[in-house]
Amino acid sequence: MSLVQNVAISVTEEQGMLLDVARGFVRDQAPIEAIRSQLETDTGFDPAIWQTMVEMGWTGIALPDSVGGAGMGVGSAVPVFEALGGGLLGTPLLSTTLAGQLVWRAAGESAAEWLGRLCGGTVGTVAFLDHADWGAANMGVTLDAAGKLVGSKHFVADAGVADSFVVVASEAGMPVLALVERTAIGDSAISDNVLIDLTKRAANVDFTGVMPEQVLRGEAVAAALRDTLLLGALLTAAETTGAAGKCLASITEYLKTRKQFGKLIGSYQALKHPTVDIYVGMENARSFVYHGATVVGDEPLSTDAEIACRMAKVAADDVMVFAGDRSVQFHGGFGFTWECDSTLFIRRAQWAQQMYGGAIHHRKRLATLLLDT
Amino acid sequence: MSDNKAALSAFRKEVAAWMAENVPADPGFLLPLTFLEVGTEQQLDFLREWQHKLWSAGYLGMHWPTEYGGQGADPAYQYVVDKELGKHRAPIIFNTIGLNWVGPLLLDMGTDNEKAQYIKNILSGEEIWCQGFSEPDHGSDLGAVQTRAVRDGDDYVVNGSKIWTTLGNYADHMILLARTNPQAERKYDGLSFFLSPMKIDGVEAHPIRKVTGEYGFNQTFFTDARIPASCLMGEDGGGWRVAMKTLEYERGVTAGQASGYWGLTIQVDDMIDALSKFEHDGEPLLSDPIVRDDLVGFIMESKALTLCGRRMAVPALNSDYPMGLALSVKYRGTEYERRMKQYTASKQGAQSALYVGDANAVSGGFWQRAYFSNFGATIGGGTTQVQANIIAEHVLGLPK
Repeated sequence: MSLVQNVAISVTEEQGMLLDVARGFVRDQAPIEAIRSQLETDTGFDPAIWQTMVEMGWTGIALPDSVGGAGMGVGSAVPVFEALGGGLLGTPLLSTTLAGQLVWRAAGESAAEWLGRLCGGTVGTVAFLDHADWGAANMGVTLDAAGKLVGSKHFVADAGVADSFVVVASEAGMPVLALVERTAIGDSAISDNVLIDLTKRAANVDFTGVMPEQVLRGEAVAAALRDTLLLGALLTAAETTGAAGKCLASITEYLKTRKQFGKLIGSYQALKHPTVDIYVGMENARSFVYHGATVVGDEPLSTDAEIACRMAKVAADDVMVFAGDRSVQFHGGFGFTWECDSTLFIRRAQWAQQMYGGAIHHRKRLATLLLDT
Repeated sequence: MSDNKAALSAFRKEVAAWMAENVPADPGFLLPLTFLEVGTEQQLDFLREWQHKLWSAGYLGMHWPTEYGGQGADPAYQYVVDKELGKHRAPIIFNTIGLNWVGPLLLDMGTDNEKAQYIKNILSGEEIWCQGFSEPDHGSDLGAVQTRAVRDGDDYVVNGSKIWTTLGNYADHMILLARTNPQAERKYDGLSFFLSPMKIDGVEAHPIRKVTGEYGFNQTFFTDARIPASCLMGEDGGGWRVAMKTLEYERGVTAGQASGYWGLTIQVDDMIDALSKFEHDGEPLLSDPIVRDDLVGFIMESKALTLCGRRMAVPALNSDYPMGLALSVKYRGTEYERRMKQYTASKQGAQSALYVGDANAVSGGFWQRAYFSNFGATIGGGTTQVQANIIAEHVLGLPK
């Protein structure tokens, strides 16, 4: 058996259209000036843009039509996130999509009403982490005898704007998912993180004393959690690949216009060849990401899909960290300034590389999947 | 569509059955890993006979026109044959310059006469081709070649020297890039392209020994060699365009090659198989966390290459850099293979230091030789560094 056996890669007509539409949307509605104007606001995004995204149905792309989604499959979210990454457009779409996937995979149509609200524009997020380790069980939040939550979650994406939280918790040593409404949480329980990427938002949330609206239990929870983390890796990889493409375009633009020593600096191989490596790395990441989009589905993720998600994340992280880093360097003194968009790229790189596990996290698991069979 | 699939799958079975019967056994002497290392008459005769056998069975030039000895089928059929050759560890199909560069070039740009004269003999292995592009002083800077061809009556008289002429000592013909007009304003406009005979007076090929210890390429000397003017392909002074087209076929940027099986297929699975037999600190090498992480990297690179190859057929994912994936095939593939082979050759403990000829060398020194041999791919046909320039300029639009 070949180690690289599953190499399926295709794009449905719907996915191709989504890519075009989402890229057009980002180009028209979210130029870099608009992104910059939101960097230091509370929410980090323009509510009007979010509303348009909801109206276009993007919050329901990955969910089945039986719960109010578009029924296109979670792979169809990939082109949308690639496009959003290309514009460095944050918004709570990733958080909402993953909250939807986790609850759908754990509860199916029994959570139809809750999922329907997400499709309709309610902002959801998953409270995954007890602390910094994406590879830990993260089951430190528990339910007390009265059914109330005890404990805090850290780095909860988009917690500041979320209407609904899916809290990864435990009960008698088994993972459970507590569905919590924002209205059940006091303002003082949410303390914002200062994130390295100013297009993103996260906060620590103390859920102690909060009564969940509903608790999802059962065998499906652990698998749903595993799959949602993998999908988080894939969709972040899609977003990161889009950002790497944009970063590459900005580097090449500068290399084509900036002159030193009487020559365009793009003619120097010391700049040219690393830029080619960014290009090649971006294309590799893009191939992994769309391979992932091709092999993931509504059903529990196969081993091939798991491999695809992990490889996509590794490839995207690697190229984005390199691209962001070189972008600052290649822009010289200007690259070192806040004004230069390299600032946004290098910060996105450093944010993305840890989300849903960094390269080492995934490579370690890939080694087992690939070498121990 | 499903009819095609069924037909292809039936064809695959037929080819596999044929290979099981007909792939020659180990001849008991060293066979070349790639077409770049055919260094003895014994190897040449063996490989020529094998190619002729494959062609006679109807499995070479699957998608070339039947009137020139091909099978007139879809390119997918050749792909099937090439895959099966790899699976059966068949000896290489050696007449690569003819099969993969000259043949497609002639089918693309040649006259009916040229096609009729040359193509069938390329497929049958009766006529061997070599390439006269690089010169001792002009490798990467191909536009600066100095070998002169001067028109004299019905002939051109050629003087100069070409180097790295793979198969040059055995070849019947050479695709020759020579300067016919040293006064041309642009150096590229002074070049002409010839389908030049090799077995004539004034042409001598001197074999050159390589890093691997083997032979296979030559320095070719032209001393008042008279070639008929009818050997000119295209216009006098129009050689650069034909040479560039040739390089597209050589680098795999444009399809049409008769057989991709020009070297043994060495995959990441072979690497893992080979390394699974070794120990490190008394433990299996594959349990070493650093090695495991390295291997994940190689598997990922290998998978990325295949995925990028397949993505070329997905138009929606090629609009940003339309020629990008095709123009980077050589850049990514040959460098990955070089590092993969070097890695495998160097993780065999003290046996890493043994070479072909030592009875204790791992697989007869296969990986050490394969690593060295791979420089033929990272240097030949435009070095990796030139490929990087090409991607930078033609894909990303960076200045020269």
